[in-house]
Amino acid sequence: MPIDILMPALSPTMTEGKLVRWLKSEGDAVKSGEALFEIETDKATMEVEASDEGRLGAIFVAAGTERVAVNARVAVLLGEGESAVAGSATQGAPVGIPVAVAAAPTPPAKAPPVTVAPRVDDEAKFFAKASRRTVRDALRDAMAEEMRRDPGVFVMGEEVAEYQGAYKVTQGLLQEFGASRVIDTPITEHGFAGLAVGAAFGGLKPIVEFMTFNFSMQAIDHIINSAAKTLYMSGGQMGCPIVFRGPNGAAARVGAQHSQCYASWYAHCPGLKVVAPWSAADAKGLLKAAIRDPNPVIFLENEIMYGQSFDVPDDPEFVLPIGKARIERAGRDVTITAFSRMVGHALTAAETLAAMGIEAEVINLRSLRPLDTETILASLKKTNRLVTVEEGWGYAGIGAEIAALVMERAFDDLDAPVVRVCGADVPLPYAANLEQLALPQPEAIVDAAKSVCYRS
Amino acid sequence: MATTKKLAASHAEAAAAGDVSSAELLCYYRDMLLIRRFEEKSGQMYGMGLIGGFCHLYIGQEAVVVGIQSVLIPGDSVITSYRDHGHMIACGMDSKGVMAELTGRRGGYSKGKGGSMHMFSREKAFYGGHGIVGAQVPIGTGLAFSHKYKNDGHISATYFGDGAVNQGQVYESFNMAALWKLPCLYVLENNKYAMGTAQARAAAGELYQRGMAYGIPGVQVNGMDVLAVRAAAQEWGDYVRSGKGPAILEMQTYRYRGHSMSDPAKYRSKEEVAKVRSEADPIDNFRRMLLEKGHTTEDALKEIDREIKVIVTEAAEFAQQSPEPEISELWTDVLVGA
Ligand SMILES: Cc1ncc(C[n+]2csc(CCOP(=O)(O)OP(=O)(O)O)c2C)c(N)n1
Ligand SMILES: [Mg+2]
Repeated sequence: MPIDILMPALSPTMTEGKLVRWLKSEGDAVKSGEALFEIETDKATMEVEASDEGRLGAIFVAAGTERVAVNARVAVLLGEGESAVAGSATQGAPVGIPVAVAAAPTPPAKAPPVTVAPRVDDEAKFFAKASRRTVRDALRDAMAEEMRRDPGVFVMGEEVAEYQGAYKVTQGLLQEFGASRVIDTPITEHGFAGLAVGAAFGGLKPIVEFMTFNFSMQAIDHIINSAAKTLYMSGGQMGCPIVFRGPNGAAARVGAQHSQCYASWYAHCPGLKVVAPWSAADAKGLLKAAIRDPNPVIFLENEIMYGQSFDVPDDPEFVLPIGKARIERAGRDVTITAFSRMVGHALTAAETLAAMGIEAEVINLRSLRPLDTETILASLKKTNRLVTVEEGWGYAGIGAEIAALVMERAFDDLDAPVVRVCGADVPLPYAANLEQLALPQPEAIVDAAKSVCYRS
Repeated sequence: MATTKKLAASHAEAAAAGDVSSAELLCYYRDMLLIRRFEEKSGQMYGMGLIGGFCHLYIGQEAVVVGIQSVLIPGDSVITSYRDHGHMIACGMDSKGVMAELTGRRGGYSKGKGGSMHMFSREKAFYGGHGIVGAQVPIGTGLAFSHKYKNDGHISATYFGDGAVNQGQVYESFNMAALWKLPCLYVLENNKYAMGTAQARAAAGELYQRGMAYGIPGVQVNGMDVLAVRAAAQEWGDYVRSGKGPAILEMQTYRYRGHSMSDPAKYRSKEEVAKVRSEADPIDNFRRMLLEKGHTTEDALKEIDREIKVIVTEAAEFAQQSPEPEISELWTDVLVGA
């Protein structure tokens, strides 16, 4: 059968082009891959190659013709023994292969609601038997328990094994699990993050410790492009069960490069889950959930919290659902959302506010993606006033997201504009006084709460 | 000290003379030809507007993947860049599913959500399909890590280009692979160009020696000769599988087409391309050898040609008939279990 030679599209945007000249004449033998003619596109001049073997039959579009539409028939290629009569073989036959431009689909207006595990209202029950633990120990216990439970779980990172962790979070793990499961890496974040993603594709469950999340910038390509997107790009085949964990945000006096909060960076990206524990119980219950989760989870810790102690349930099945916030303090006058270390500041502020007669409800967000929108909206319905707190920069931050959420979903519940308390919009300064000024303090939260309550 | 050597010249003869049966040789011919015809068809379909976005063809490089895959065993992991159609076919993935992914249809390997650069098959242990130049190298190293961790006897074949080899993450991977003796066979497909940049303008030194500082052996292989590739893959695949650590095979090869479809290829002369095509074409030369050495007949080869034409035509038809993904697919596969 004679094969129509069509004007090709050589870029996603090309709709027409100029046929500059023919490199073969009617009757010439043509091999697959040989250049047939030259065209000028919107971008460049290119040669068009034959995709089949045969003999060039009739040429329909002469050299020099401008504005030849993509898919127009420019010539015909004849097979063995086929007639060279100009165009006869295909005349009358529909020319031009249908282009697959389907009617633009109208996507559903919104993503279906993110399903989260049912609310554990029985969380309190677990505290019947609890022990005082530091956040550091709670994190270590979570890893150790999950490593005992699942031989595919392993930890890797800089100084996690022999040194026992840069912040001693992995203390004792090497001794219990050995060097094949507690792995000291070279200082090579991009490399080991990618390697761990490969190990997760290969069926293992890596826990990757970043000495701090500041250094995850070296690795962010693998976190987003490899870990977060591959499930979708593979049509659901390539799950990536991995935890990236480490301290996030400001510590104390370590300067701008070691003090950034990456919450909004990671929470921005579909395909990731992002959690930020505050207490030791949060740390343990959420880290166990993160390790068991079949998805990539960003686990944002805080160095200043490592040494603080809280009650932690003894039951190894204390696993908190990712996607659920916790009301740390009930109140009717104003809702304060916070995560990580800022939950402590919010609770301190709530005490001060209580002395002034303002009862604040403090929500420990725990999970930033998915965000527990129901808990936030239910609280706002009661208080009609909202203050968001985060240590990171406000611009395009978590507070901005929550403000947008309540504006879209609960506009009528607001009696005052939302106020965001966040880090100053500068690289974090080193000087003690300036650092103090740049980070949210409980007083700022008090002031914000008073302002949304129209109190002075 | 790392062994690094230039051009494993005697491989081709050794292999041709000895251990490979005629039937096996015909399989290599068939696989290479299938890749070529598939890619020609892809180019044609792109020209018709049926394939969108980027489309990177593998034409000219077929001997590399066919030679390497010939020594892998089921369960060995394979990973590569966006120039991945040939690798998928060589891994035994179905041409229809690959072509339907190129057209963005629901019958594609990623249900139409990945496209030319992002296809995967758990069943065939093909791990993509990666659009970030060099990113597949640590991931492939991690697959090797998982094989070692599970002690399952498998290796990871990690393919990357002469452009990718300049990424820092490649050396981060080499270091860890050597340090931990990971079963990773690094296949560096040196097709001489990274988009419009010739190797000499981007890379200092010899590429097969890039692992030397880590003690990783490297050899340069004629990647236009499927038997030379096979022999090197056999030798170094065995080395890697035996637990000695990674190895680097620099495949000297050439891409005939532009980097992607909209590349006018002004950075090289037509004569250069024509010369490789006429003198070093991996399929033409292999075909000639098969006939000369009496491994097959013209008729048998014609029959293979016909069979492949049918496969490719059917793939193209399937890729056009398979419907676009359901609208609801927009929201699926973001998270497992969501
Ligand atoms: C990180 C990154 N930088 C740049 C690009 C754009 N890009 C795509 S392919 C390519 C050239 C890569 O060449 P090579 O590694 O030799 O592979 P080949 O295309 O020859 O197979 C470039 C620069 C990219 N996709 N990713
Ligand atoms: Mg290249």
